Amino acid sequence: MEKILDVKNLHVNFATYNGTVQAIRGVDFHLNSGETLAIVGESGSGKSITVRSILQLLAKNSDIPEGQILYHGDDLLQKSDKEMDAIRGDKIAMIFQDPMTSLDPTMPIGKQVAEPLLIHHKVSKKEAMDRAEEVLRLVGIPNPKARMKDYPHQFSGGQRQRIVIAIAIVDYPEILIADEPTTALDVTVQAQIIDLLKELQEKIGTSIIFITHDLGVVAGIADRVAVMYAGKFVEYGTVDEIFYNPQHPYTWGLLDSMPTLDTSEQDHLNSIPGTPPNLLNPPKGDAFAPRNSYAMEIDEEEQPPFFKVSKTHYAATWLLHPDAPKVTPPESIQKRFEKFQALKSGGSVK
Amino acid sequence: MTKYILKRILYLFLTLFIIASITFFLMKLLPGTPFTNQNRLSHEQLAIVKAQYGLDQPVLIQYLRYMGGLFQGNLGTSFQFNNEPVTQLIGQRLAPSMQIGAQAMIVGTVLGILLGAFAAIRKNTWVDTLATFISILGLSIPSFVLAVLLQFYLAFKWHIYPVALWDNFQSSVLPTLALAALPLGNVARFMRTEMVDVMSSDYIELAKSKGNSSWQVVTKHALRNSLIPVVTIIGPMAVSVMTGSMVVENIFSIPGIGEQFVKSITTNDYPTIMGLTIFYSFLLILVILIVDILYGFIDPRIRLGNGGKE
Ligand SMILES: Nc1ncnc2c1ncn2[C@@H]1O[C@H](COP(=O)(O)OP(=O)(O)O)[C@@H](O)[C@H]1O
Ligand code: SF4
Ligand SMILES: [Mg+2]
Repeated sequence: MEKILDVKNLHVNFATYNGTVQAIRGVDFHLNSGETLAIVGESGSGKSITVRSILQLLAKNSDIPEGQILYHGDDLLQKSDKEMDAIRGDKIAMIFQDPMTSLDPTMPIGKQVAEPLLIHHKVSKKEAMDRAEEVLRLVGIPNPKARMKDYPHQFSGGQRQRIVIAIAIVDYPEILIADEPTTALDVTVQAQIIDLLKELQEKIGTSIIFITHDLGVVAGIADRVAVMYAGKFVEYGTVDEIFYNPQHPYTWGLLDSMPTLDTSEQDHLNSIPGTPPNLLNPPKGDAFAPRNSYAMEIDEEEQPPFFKVSKTHYAATWLLHPDAPKVTPPESIQKRFEKFQALKSGGSVK
Repeated sequence: MTKYILKRILYLFLTLFIIASITFFLMKLLPGTPFTNQNRLSHEQLAIVKAQYGLDQPVLIQYLRYMGGLFQGNLGTSFQFNNEPVTQLIGQRLAPSMQIGAQAMIVGTVLGILLGAFAAIRKNTWVDTLATFISILGLSIPSFVLAVLLQFYLAFKWHIYPVALWDNFQSSVLPTLALAALPLGNVARFMRTEMVDVMSSDYIELAKSKGNSSWQVVTKHALRNSLIPVVTIIGPMAVSVMTGSMVVENIFSIPGIGEQFVKSITTNDYPTIMGLTIFYSFLLILVILIVDILYGFIDPRIRLGNGGKE
């Protein structure tokens, strides 16, 4: 498996009136060719900033003091504006969260879908429009030929997100970054959009970074999951490892706050108590310690390194240190561990 | 769209009818008569003159007569200015006023859009500060003050342009500049605010993520969207240019309508006042109509209504 993207020790700061916000505080991850990596975490944990750094779509007050973003071994952070323009929309494309505001209200949608082709290739307008029509059909816009001339306000939210996806895939990008593409949509449409992304991935063989604050949608789409908290990754592994053998107390909290088939909507979900730390003054120790009922003394003093759980599974918590006292995770998590054992011994998870 | 435009044109004439009626009766309430300053007329002579213009009839009859003429495009004859028909009076003086008015609107709007756009793109830099300074100047200096200043320096002292003359394009430069300052300042300020907003919107970020250069993002997506609200202030601005024009024409001795308006009010020349009021109203309503049509043209959400949504 080829690593097409390798992010190393990424730091992102924002200069604000109150001081420097350390939004991303050392993030490492990679993306393999053809896979889907999900990044999950509460809102404000830094998911969007992490992926916007890849395309350098950050606000003017941002600064990347440290880190590398290697795309096929080339550091994107060293590229000029012009070199980045050539990568955006052609090699790496992005789908945004809110389909109601992502499309230009004064341009017909056909033209908006064709635009990346006209920017990156020497094609005629006609060729670009033909291709746009084909892609609109692919993403499930009925009667695309006639609807190409329509404007965004003439489409529903779900259809608009399909159009945004069409824009992203029209040039067959190698990497597709989807930043909470379903958050603004209702549940049935969410499922359709996820199915569409999976289908498109098979057809055009793109690698996907899928961002969500909802672990519930991850299982359906991702190969691997990275869990983010307060500007750092705290645990990553395959979907099975994160769902059935989670090691970090924050991941436990996320899993417990996720609605499952057994919890109806009225059921009280255990959302994680407390709030994330203020990143103007990040804590010295582990950022999750104040919200963590398993916290130990060292957690206030020193940030935990990543401990290896398996070849594909790492977690940054002192609980995995050989000298740490054995703790008993919540019952719900223990049940997950049991399923994991069954899974390992060849059974299927139900 | 055609149906909409036809409806708007119908409204245009309705509005004109109402304005003409109101002006007619208001003017009857003005103190003095058109012949107040002709003291040498005897009572008999005055009666003859009044009868000649139909002023001896009851007000209602006068009104009906006037409106009847109006429907046939007849604005009556002036009491002053050699008894010329008012339409002819306006016609002769229309060209200079329209020329400097249109020039001022075009120069002001185009420069204002450019200035506002640059200020927004270079937000919080010296470009922005300079643009803000210029637009505040344009907004706060009255056109007649600017006219006098321009006349003094560019014409009187440095002889770059004629002082007060009306012949070729050269002579229209200074009055145009004096009148363009206000729309320029207004448009620049509006444009900057709007474009700053647009530049931080999601669709601009998406346009950037497609690989558009910063320049392409502005020309292909940001400008058009920022123009939508700017179009709405063109109507009110046309009003201020027209009123400003009255004084500026006087300063530069331009034989325009504005100058005529001022003269006819001071002499109680009813038909001319009426004719000019109706003419000005017509221009204004026309400008607003054009602006609305333009608005629909730029913004598809207006043009197409909300049909098909969800
Ligand atoms: N332009 C900015 N200036 C200051 N702080 C910012 C800016 N953009 C984002 N942040 C901060 O960075 C953190 C991460 O934001 P984000 O990546 O959008 O979170 P999410 O995980 O919800 O996508 C947030 O705490 C936010 O306040
Ligand atoms: S390192 Fe300590 S505070 Fe952080 S998650 Fe692990 S146990 Fe909790
Ligand atoms: Mg986000």
